[in-house]
Amino acid sequence: MAVKTFSQIDAYAGAPEKKYTLFMLMLGFIALMVGTLFGPLQSFNYGGLDLYPFLKPVFQSYYQGLTLHGVLNAIIFTQLFGQAIMVYLPARELGLRPNMTLAWISFWMALIGLLIAAVPLLGNAASVLYTFYPPLKAHWAFYVGAAIFVLSSYVSIYLVLEMWSRWKKDNPGKITPLATYMSVTYWLMWLLASLGLVVEALFLIVWSLGLVTGVDPLLMRTLFWYTGHPIVYFWLLPAYALAYTTLPRLAGGKLISDPLSRLVFLLFLLFSVPVGFHHQFADPGIAPYWKMIHTILTMMVAVPSLITAFTIAASLENAGRSNGGKGWFGWIAALPWNNPTVLAFLLGFLAFIPGGAGGMVNASFNLNQNIHNTVWIPGHFHLQVGTLVTMAAMGTAFWLIPHLTGKPLVARGMALASQWLWFLGMFVMTFALHWMGFLYAIPRRTHISGSPISMEAYRESSAWMVLNIVSGVILLVAAILFFYVLYATALQSRRDPSQVMAEVPFTQVISKPEGSSLARLTERVWFWFGVAVLLVVLAYGPVLFQMFTNMNPVPGQRLW
Amino acid sequence: MEHNEHIVERYERAWIFFGLGMIVVFILLIGYLMVANRGTIPIGAGRVDATQVRTQGDFANPRVEQVGNEYVVYVQAFSFGYLPTEIRVKAGRKVTFKITSPDVQHGFQIERTNINPQVIPGEIVQVSHTFRQPGEYRIICNEYCGIGHANMISKIIVEP
Repeated sequence: MAVKTFSQIDAYAGAPEKKYTLFMLMLGFIALMVGTLFGPLQSFNYGGLDLYPFLKPVFQSYYQGLTLHGVLNAIIFTQLFGQAIMVYLPARELGLRPNMTLAWISFWMALIGLLIAAVPLLGNAASVLYTFYPPLKAHWAFYVGAAIFVLSSYVSIYLVLEMWSRWKKDNPGKITPLATYMSVTYWLMWLLASLGLVVEALFLIVWSLGLVTGVDPLLMRTLFWYTGHPIVYFWLLPAYALAYTTLPRLAGGKLISDPLSRLVFLLFLLFSVPVGFHHQFADPGIAPYWKMIHTILTMMVAVPSLITAFTIAASLENAGRSNGGKGWFGWIAALPWNNPTVLAFLLGFLAFIPGGAGGMVNASFNLNQNIHNTVWIPGHFHLQVGTLVTMAAMGTAFWLIPHLTGKPLVARGMALASQWLWFLGMFVMTFALHWMGFLYAIPRRTHISGSPISMEAYRESSAWMVLNIVSGVILLVAAILFFYVLYATALQSRRDPSQVMAEVPFTQVISKPEGSSLARLTERVWFWFGVAVLLVVLAYGPVLFQMFTNMNPVPGQRLW
Repeated sequence: MEHNEHIVERYERAWIFFGLGMIVVFILLIGYLMVANRGTIPIGAGRVDATQVRTQGDFANPRVEQVGNEYVVYVQAFSFGYLPTEIRVKAGRKVTFKITSPDVQHGFQIERTNINPQVIPGEIVQVSHTFRQPGEYRIICNEYCGIGHANMISKIIVEP
């Protein structure tokens, strides 16, 4: 027994950052599991099937369930995944250890923030959905908990910048390794992007404590969407970083271009933030020409994703041909579809293509008028964050948790099945939601199954509604399979280092950064950060100045 | 191998230029349509004190007002309904909606049209539309506004 205890303690003794990463990751997946279990209930709602009356003793309404679904999946899970991946990748790549005291402080801040916010969420005192638009007013603990949770990401920013500067000092004049470059630009983007949410949280905390009677709803919306659009890149970029730095190797090939991959992350640093008005096309109080400026910048932020589509596809082709694939399509069949990680990324990227095209529709001022706040919108982002981001996380967990713990993956067949079913369920659901929003103007986040008026009004879309029920069932099965694999792997007592990847599978590249003028140009990170700040000041400054100096406060309401 | 790499780089460059070209076309189209359909673009038409909306000013008396050959409709969107409860207009005439809320945010989407503004308390939003086809058009609240949100559906009757 003594030996076993010793080996348990020893499992992370040489690499405490592994334990930190595992804890962040598992906390994120626990949040995802609770949030995801509410997912089928939303699907059934849009199929006209209301299961909420059966949950009544515990959960009071559809809107409480929807708030939990949105907050846990889109805010909690995504940030924790970023804090795990985008700290661990540079630590491994540079061979440096982050400051472990601060790393654990960030974990505890995230956990405590989450628990504080959970109390009003579970008590139906914060059923304001994950956009929490004032004047709907939640309990103060919701805003305080969310703020502590988000501030824990600032510790992660420091952890990565500190490791990077340590590496720079030891390697003067060298180009930052790729995964670290991605991580640094990612955290700097978030530093700039999160400011809106932080300022909004200050207003909401003061307001919810009763120290002021009202807040300006338009200003709060503007601050929310200042962060609310770049936050989607905050969710997405860990998936991109894994796709660039590990997927080609896992698929059996090489990344085609290192400098171009840097350019992608640099473009995200520049263009992620000054685009928020495209969520406010429908708002009064922002002049149409400002909306047009943000439209143009939004279109620019499509460029790095278009480059990614090419680079990842070309790298996968390189992998398929290295595996012996021939001809126009033979390389696709030659990819390792039986590797659950590769499968998750392949299917995730496949869903990302129509998702990206739909995003261009949302960003187009005029087309947006047809689909603003309809179920088209959740249809769109379930292809993006619900499919690519989540599948990249699930797929990565299949090798990362064994790598961190030394415990081999359990039930590989179930892991594969979970990804196929997740992809299928999401495709069916999002297909139905896009059409229901576009053709029948069915509103998003609406408890239609509990309202005879709604069900009468939307009866023409009943054929599409059936697809929602089908997708809800498929996704529930997919989630059960995935979480079984996850917990069975992480909680088993068997550790077998010979069956797990000892190192992060960093990919090799064909076009190297050395000697590339593009790589040199992108290396001036602080200069580009300054440009990003300037773009934000130009795109937001005058509007925000005007809003801050002309506030029109409105008192809070609790209407749920 | 060296040869193949350069082919990839050429395709890559072509793809980036294709992408940029596509985006330029989109931006030009959006700009053109914004000017061509400007009536449906939501604009601000002043601000109000949300706590006074029910008792003072134009929105305390929600109504359809005929101004010459056009209509101006003052709409109060509240949890959970719209005032006036029924809007009647004639086809082929321009209808300008001015909308605000006395409580929380709401939507005002008119099905089968491009009318879909965000209604924000404290702000008056204005959009206009000319209904060509007579008939009934549903008005749908598409912003979560509380427990009765799903019941917040009204209608416009367009007479020939």
